[in-house]
Amino acid sequence: MIELEQVHRVFQVGDQEVHALDGVDLTIAAGEYVSLMGPSGSGKSTLLNIIGLLDRPTAGTYRLNGRDTTTLSDDEQARARSENIGFVFQFFHLVPRLTAAENVELPLVLAGRAPVDRRPMVETAIGQMGLTERSHHRPDQLSGGERQRVAIARATVMRPGVLLADEPTGNLDTTTGKEVVEIIEALHAAGMAVIVVTHDPQIGGRAERSLTMMDGRLVDDIRRRA
Amino acid sequence: MRVRDVLHLSWGTLVRTRLRSLMLLLATAIGVAAVIVLTSLGEAARRYVTAEFSSLGTNLIIVLPGRSETTGSGLTLFAGQTPRDLTIQDAVALERISAIDKVAPVVLGAASVQWGGREREVPVFGSTASFLEIRNWTMERGRFLPPGDPERPSSVAVIGMKLKAELFGDAPAIGEWIRIGDRRFRVIGLLATEGRTIGIDVQDVAIIPVASAQALFNTESLFRIITSTHTREDMERARDEIRRVITERHQGEEDITAVTQDAVLATFDRIFGALTLALAGIAAISLAVAGILIMNVMLVAVSQRTAEIGLLKALGAARRQIMTLFLAEAIMLSFIGAMAGLLVGQGGSWLIGRLYPVLPLGPPVWAPIAAIVIAVTSGIVFGILPARRAAALDPVEALAGR
Repeated sequence: MIELEQVHRVFQVGDQEVHALDGVDLTIAAGEYVSLMGPSGSGKSTLLNIIGLLDRPTAGTYRLNGRDTTTLSDDEQARARSENIGFVFQFFHLVPRLTAAENVELPLVLAGRAPVDRRPMVETAIGQMGLTERSHHRPDQLSGGERQRVAIARATVMRPGVLLADEPTGNLDTTTGKEVVEIIEALHAAGMAVIVVTHDPQIGGRAERSLTMMDGRLVDDIRRRA
Repeated sequence: MRVRDVLHLSWGTLVRTRLRSLMLLLATAIGVAAVIVLTSLGEAARRYVTAEFSSLGTNLIIVLPGRSETTGSGLTLFAGQTPRDLTIQDAVALERISAIDKVAPVVLGAASVQWGGREREVPVFGSTASFLEIRNWTMERGRFLPPGDPERPSSVAVIGMKLKAELFGDAPAIGEWIRIGDRRFRVIGLLATEGRTIGIDVQDVAIIPVASAQALFNTESLFRIITSTHTREDMERARDEIRRVITERHQGEEDITAVTQDAVLATFDRIFGALTLALAGIAAISLAVAGILIMNVMLVAVSQRTAEIGLLKALGAARRQIMTLFLAEAIMLSFIGAMAGLLVGQGGSWLIGRLYPVLPLGPPVWAPIAAIVIAVTSGIVFGILPARRAAALDPVEALAGR
C-alpha cells in the first residue's frame, strides 16, 4: 500500500544543501509491522513525515494505496492523511485544554463527522486502550503511559490503514514503554500496518521487518517471521 | 468541519485564555460603546434643536431686517448704506397678503420689572394679539394682549408664571400695576406655557403691546416680524410676496431676510447630522484600534500554539480548517465584544439621559448596527493575517516546536 520510488528530500541549511533522503526505494504492504532504526540525522523522521504526508519529497514518487500523492492539493492531502494515517509522537502532543475523550474526538471533528456517529467511535477507541474510567480527565491529570494511550486512541479512532509512531516509548519508563509497545502490537494483530521509528534495538527487534537507515539511504532490510 | 464544532473549539480556546480574551473584549466593547454614546449625544443635540424650532409654531416665516447675501461692489459698504428698519407699518402691510394668516411684529429687550419693592430683570417682548396663536402658547389665567391698532400703545402686560411667582408669591397678580422700566403696566394675564424659546425661559418674560415696547426701548424698528401661513403649501408663495411687498415699501431695496421655518430646520438638521457623523468617526477610530489589538494578540497566539497547529495538521486538518479556526476566534471575540459594548453604550446613554433629562437621548438607528458591523468586520480583517500565518505553518517544523 506504500510505494516509494527514488525519493529524495533536500533541505536548505544556510547555503548548504543537506540530503536528508537520498534515493529511497521502499514498499510496505498492508498490515505489515515495520521498525525503522538508525542513528540521529539518518533521515528516519523525514521518511516517516513523507509517508505520513506531512512533508513532500523533493524528487521521486510516493504512491499511497496506488495513488500518486505528489500531485495532491493541500485539501486532498489533508483528507488522505485523515483517512489513511494515524500519528503517535514521542511527546504525545495532546491538546491540554481538552479532555481525553475530546482529544480522541478531534480527528472525527476535523473530518466533519456528525456528533451522533462520533460518540460510539470515541467510546470504542478509548475502551480498547482501557481508558474508559479516565475519559473525562485532562492530560495534566493523566500519567505518561495514559497520555500515550490517549494519543494512540486518537491516532486509531478513524481506523486508518497505517499507524506511524515516532519514538512512541522515548518519553516513557521501561515498564510503561513495554505496555505501549504491546498495545501497538495488538493493533497490528488486528490488521493495521505499523511503522515504528525507534532508537531501542529491543523494540525494533520485535517487528517482523526491520529497516536501518544511514545518511539518507536504506542500508538494511531484515525480514523475520514473528 | 461542522460550524458547531468550530465554535466549540474556538470557544474552548477563548475560555482557556480568559484574561487575554477579556482584555480584547474590553477593547472592542469600549469602541462600540463609544460609537453608541457619542452618536447618541449628537443625535440628542439634533433632536433638541429641532424640537426647539418646532416649538416656535407651525408654518412660520420669519422676517428679519438686513440681507444675508452680499451684493454689489465693495464700495457700497463704504458709502454708508445701512438696511432700513422694519416698522410696524411693514407688519401691517404684510397682513394684506392673501397667503398669510397671521402677522406678529416683535420687539425684544430686557428691562427690570418691579412690584411692591421686588425687582427682577427679565426679557420683555413687545407684540400684538396674534403672537399668542402664532407661537402656540396658552394662557394660565386672564387674557392675552387685546386686538387693536398695533400702533397704539397701551399699558397692559402679560407675564410668565415664574416672574409672577418671583414678584407676587402667592398673592394674586391679575389687576395689579407693575413697573416695567420707567412705565407702569397693569397685569391682565398669566402665561401657562413652559419651556424655552430662542434660549429664553418662557415662564420668565413680560409681554406688552408692541407700540409700548417701542416707546419703552426708545426704538422705531422691530426685532423681527413673525408671520404664519394658512397652509404649508403657501409658504413659498408667501415668502416671495413678503419680499415683494417689503421691497416696494423700502424704495426698491430688498433689505430684509425672510426665512421659512423649514429652511432653518433643514440647516440645523444638516449641521447636527454632520456633527453626529463626525463623532461616530472619532469613535470608530477606537474600534480600529481594538481591531489592531486583536490582530496583535492573535499573532502572539499563533506563535504560542505552533505545536497545536502542527498536531491539527497531522490529524488531518487542511489549511482552510486552521484558518477557519483562528478566524472564528477573532470573530467571536469581536462579536461578543460588540454585544457587550452595545449593552454598555445603551446603558451609558440611558444614564446620561437620566442625568440630563432635557436631552432626548437615544442613538440613531444606524449607529448600533454600524458599530457592530465595523467591529465584526475589523475582527475578520485583522484576524485574516494571523489565521493565514497559522495555516501556512509547516507541520513538521510546527510539531518540532520550531
